[in-house]
Amino acid sequence: MGIVAIYLRNSNFMVLNPKGVVAHDERNLIVFTVLLGLFVVIPVFIMTFMIAWKYREGNTKAKYRPDWDRHLGAETLWWGIPTAIIVVLSVITWNSSHALDPHKMLSSSQTPMKIQVIAMDWKWLFIYPEQGIASVNYVQFPVNVPVTFEITADAPMNSFWIPQLGSQIYAMPGMSTHLNLMADKAGEYRGSSANISGKGFAGMKFTAAASSEADFRTWVALARRSPDSMGASDYKQLLKPSENSAVALYSSAEPGLYDKVLAKYMLPGGQE
Amino acid sequence: MLGKLSLDALNNGPIVLGAQLTMLFGGLGVAGLLTYKRRWKWLWKEWLTSLDPKKIGVMYIIIALVMLLRGAADAGMMRAQQALSAGEIHGFLTSDHFQQIFSAHGTIMIFFVAMGLMFGLINLIVPLQIGARDVAFPFLNSVSFWLFAAGMILINLSLAVGEFSAAGWLAYPPLSELAYSPGVGVDYWIWALQIAGIGSLLAGINFVVTILRMRAPGMTLMKMPMFTWSVLCSLILVIFAFPILTATLAMLALDRTMGMHIFTAGGGGDAMMYVNLIWAWGHPEVYILILPAFGVFSEVVATFSRKRLFGYASMVAALIAITFLSFVVWLHHFFTMGAGGNVNAFFGIMTMVIAIPTGVKIFNWLFTMKNGRVRFTTPMLWFLAFVVTFSIGGMTGVMMAVPAIDFQVHNSLFLVAHFHTMIIGGVVFGFFAGLTYWFPKIFGFRLNERLGRYAFWCWFVGFLLAFIPLYILGLMGATRRLDHYDASLGWQGLFIVAGIGAMTIFAGVGFQILQLIVSIRKRHENMDTTGDPWNGRTLEWSTTSPAPFYNFAVIPDVSERDAFWVAKHKKTSVTPVYEDIYLPKNSGMGLFIAGFAFIGSFAIIWHIWWLAPLGLLGVIACVLIRTTGGEHEYRISAARVAMLEADRLAGKETS
Repeated sequence: MGIVAIYLRNSNFMVLNPKGVVAHDERNLIVFTVLLGLFVVIPVFIMTFMIAWKYREGNTKAKYRPDWDRHLGAETLWWGIPTAIIVVLSVITWNSSHALDPHKMLSSSQTPMKIQVIAMDWKWLFIYPEQGIASVNYVQFPVNVPVTFEITADAPMNSFWIPQLGSQIYAMPGMSTHLNLMADKAGEYRGSSANISGKGFAGMKFTAAASSEADFRTWVALARRSPDSMGASDYKQLLKPSENSAVALYSSAEPGLYDKVLAKYMLPGGQE
Repeated sequence: MLGKLSLDALNNGPIVLGAQLTMLFGGLGVAGLLTYKRRWKWLWKEWLTSLDPKKIGVMYIIIALVMLLRGAADAGMMRAQQALSAGEIHGFLTSDHFQQIFSAHGTIMIFFVAMGLMFGLINLIVPLQIGARDVAFPFLNSVSFWLFAAGMILINLSLAVGEFSAAGWLAYPPLSELAYSPGVGVDYWIWALQIAGIGSLLAGINFVVTILRMRAPGMTLMKMPMFTWSVLCSLILVIFAFPILTATLAMLALDRTMGMHIFTAGGGGDAMMYVNLIWAWGHPEVYILILPAFGVFSEVVATFSRKRLFGYASMVAALIAITFLSFVVWLHHFFTMGAGGNVNAFFGIMTMVIAIPTGVKIFNWLFTMKNGRVRFTTPMLWFLAFVVTFSIGGMTGVMMAVPAIDFQVHNSLFLVAHFHTMIIGGVVFGFFAGLTYWFPKIFGFRLNERLGRYAFWCWFVGFLLAFIPLYILGLMGATRRLDHYDASLGWQGLFIVAGIGAMTIFAGVGFQILQLIVSIRKRHENMDTTGDPWNGRTLEWSTTSPAPFYNFAVIPDVSERDAFWVAKHKKTSVTPVYEDIYLPKNSGMGLFIAGFAFIGSFAIIWHIWWLAPLGLLGVIACVLIRTTGGEHEYRISAARVAMLEADRLAGKETS
C-alpha cells in the first residue's frame, strides 16, 4: 500500500491537475459526474450484495415468493430516479457543451493570440502568423492570454491534446478545426497526438510552454535569430515522414502557408 | 499471374514465423488426427454439411473460442510491449507490428469472438426456446455460418501470407487509404469483414423471421422468453446496421482498388463521412452484442433464483428503448471532430438516456433475486460480477457522454478501459454464463463447477487488475495505441500491473480449457439425465439433453410465460400424438458459396484479376444450382418418430 501511495503521489494525473481554464472546468465536470454516478452505483453494489446474500438458497427463513414478479411502485421508482438524474445531467451537458465548445473564444481582458498547427508525419508544426515565426514540436505562449489554435493536418488524422490545458480536437487534412485554450499557470506541459496516425505515432509529442509575457517575447526573439526559415521548399523537406523529430525553431514562415496546406486537399490530385 | 503475391509475403520475422508454424502444425495435427481416426467422412456428413442449427451453433462456438485464444495472444503481446517499452527500452515489437496486433485484436474479438459466441448461442437456443424444430431458412443459416468461417480464415491468413491492417480496428481514412497504407493489410481487413458481415446480415434476417413466424402455438410476443426477446431486438439492429457496414467497406475498397476518392484526403474525398458511417454501424453493433448477453442474464437470474423474472413488461420496454436509442448516439464516438455545441449536446444527451433503460434492467434483475432462492452456481457468479463491472462501466460511459468531459478522456486509455468494462464485463461474462448454463442442453452433461469457479475468479480479479490501471493511466494523459512512452511520465508501474491482470485472465482461460477437458473425461459424473438440470423455466428444458435432432416430437402448446415451469407444476400428462416431421437435408453448398467468396476476396486483396471474377461466378453458380435443385427436405414418418421417442425416453431412464 505504501509503495502504491508513494507511486501515485509522484505521478502526474494530468487530467485532474489542470493548469488552464478549460481543463479546470472539465476537471470539475469529471468530479461532479463521478459523484453523481456513485450516488447510483454504490447503492446498487450494496443492494446486490444484500439481496443475493439474504435470499441465498441456504437461508430458509427468508420469504420465498416464486410468482412475485411486479411492483408498480418499485418499477416507477427505478424508471423515475435514473430519469431525474439524467435530466440534471442533460442540463449540465447542454450548458457545458456550449460553454466549453472548443470553437468558442475565451473571455479575457487580454487580446487573444493565434497559433496555427499542422499535424505532419510524425511531428507538429506550429506557425505564429502574428509573430511571423514557426516551430516544430514546441509551442510557447504567454500565460493568462487566450490562445486560438487553428488546426489541420498534412498527414492522416491526428488529435491535438494538451491534457493539463484541456480539450483535444482532431487535426484533419483539408479541414480547419479551432481550439481555444488559456493557461493560468506558467509551466511546461506535455502535448501529444491522441489518434493513431501511422508508424511514428507514439513519438508525436510536443511541449507546450506557458510563460510570462516577457519570457514569451524573449523566446520569439530567439526564434527570429534562428538560421532556419520555413519557406515552401523547407516545408516540402519537413513533410517527409520522420520519427521522434527534435524541437526546431524557424525565424520566418511563408505567409499563407497554413491556408495553402488546407487548400491543397480540395484540389484534384491534391495530395501530391 | 499472381498479382502482388510473391514468396516475400511469407517472410515477416521471427514472431510471425512462430504464429505461422503454430497454424501450420495445428492444421496438420487436426488433419492427421482425422485421417488416423478415419473421421473425414463423419466430419463432412455430420458437421460441415449439416443444416441443423444445433450443430451450426456448436461450430460457431468452436471458432469463437479458438479466436478468443488468438485475440488473447494479441492482447498479451500488447500488454507485454507496453509494460516493457519505456524510456531507453523499446520493447520487442516494431511500431508497425504493434499496430497490426492491436488492429487484429479489436477486429477478431468483436467480429469473430463476440459475434461468434452470440450467433452460436442464438443457433443453439432460440429454436428450442420458442418450441420450433428448425430455423426459418436452414440453408441460409449454413451460408451465414460459412461466410463467417471464411472471414475468419481470411483474417488469420493475413498473419501467414502478407500482413494485416495497422490502421486500428475501424481503419479510419485517410490512414487506411492507399497513400498511407499501400500494403495488403487494409484489404485483408476490408474483405474479412465484408464476407463475415454479409454472413451476419443473412443470419440476422433468418432469425428475425424464425422468431416472428415459428413460435410454438400460444406463444405471443409478450409470452416469449427474455433471451428470445433480446435476440429479436439485437437482430433487428443487425438488419438495420450491417448494410451500412457493407456499403462503407465497399466504398473504402473502391478507393483502394479502383482509385476513387470517396474518403481520401486529397481529391475532394471526405474522411469524416467514413467516420460517421462506420459508427452508424459501429454503435448499434455494441448493442447487438450486449442485448443477447442481457437476455442470458434474464434467464440465468430467474432460473437460479427459482422465481419469475421481475418486471417482464419493463424489461421488454427497456430492450425496445435501447434498440431505438442505439441508432441516435453514434456521434459520441467523435465529439472531438468539432461539430459544435448543439450537435455534440444532442448526441451526448441521447447517449445518457440509454442509461435509464439499462438501469431499469439492473434493478429488475436484482428484484428477481429478491424473495427467491438464489443458488450461486457459476452462471450466477458471472451475473453478480457483471452487475459490478457494468455499473462501473455505465458510470464511466455516462461521464464520457458529456462532450466536455469526452474532450479530456477521448482516445485515452480511460476510453479503452471503459469499453473493455462493457465488453468483457458485459458481453463476455454474459456469454460465458450462457455457455455454462446451456452446456448440458447441448452436450448432455454439465461443466465442472469447481473449475468453473476458479476460471471465474481469475477472470474477474484479472479483469479488475488489467483495466483499473488503464482508467488511471487515462487520467494521467496516456493515450491509446502507444508502442513506446517516456519513462519520466511514471506510467510504467501501472502498465506492469495491467500486464499482471492480463496474465491472471490467461490463468482463467487456462482453467476454462482444463474445465472442458475434465468435464468431458468425467462426463458420466455430471450427466444430465432429465433434460432439466437447473430446474429451468423455458421450453428448451422440456426436451432431453442433448436435444433430439428434431428438437420436439410434439410441438408444445404455450399458454403462459415460463411455459415449461408452468407445465411442470400442472403435472398434466397427455399421451403424445406423433406426426410426420420434415427436416432439411444436408447440403455442402453453403460451404462452397463461402469458399468461392473466399477465393474472390483473396484475389482482390492480392490483385489477381483473372481469379476474382471466377470467385464471384462460383458464388452465383452455387446459388443458382441450389435454388433450382430438387427436393431439399426429408420426411421422418410419425411411426419412426414414435420409435425414436420410445428409445430416447428409455435412454433417459437408464443412463
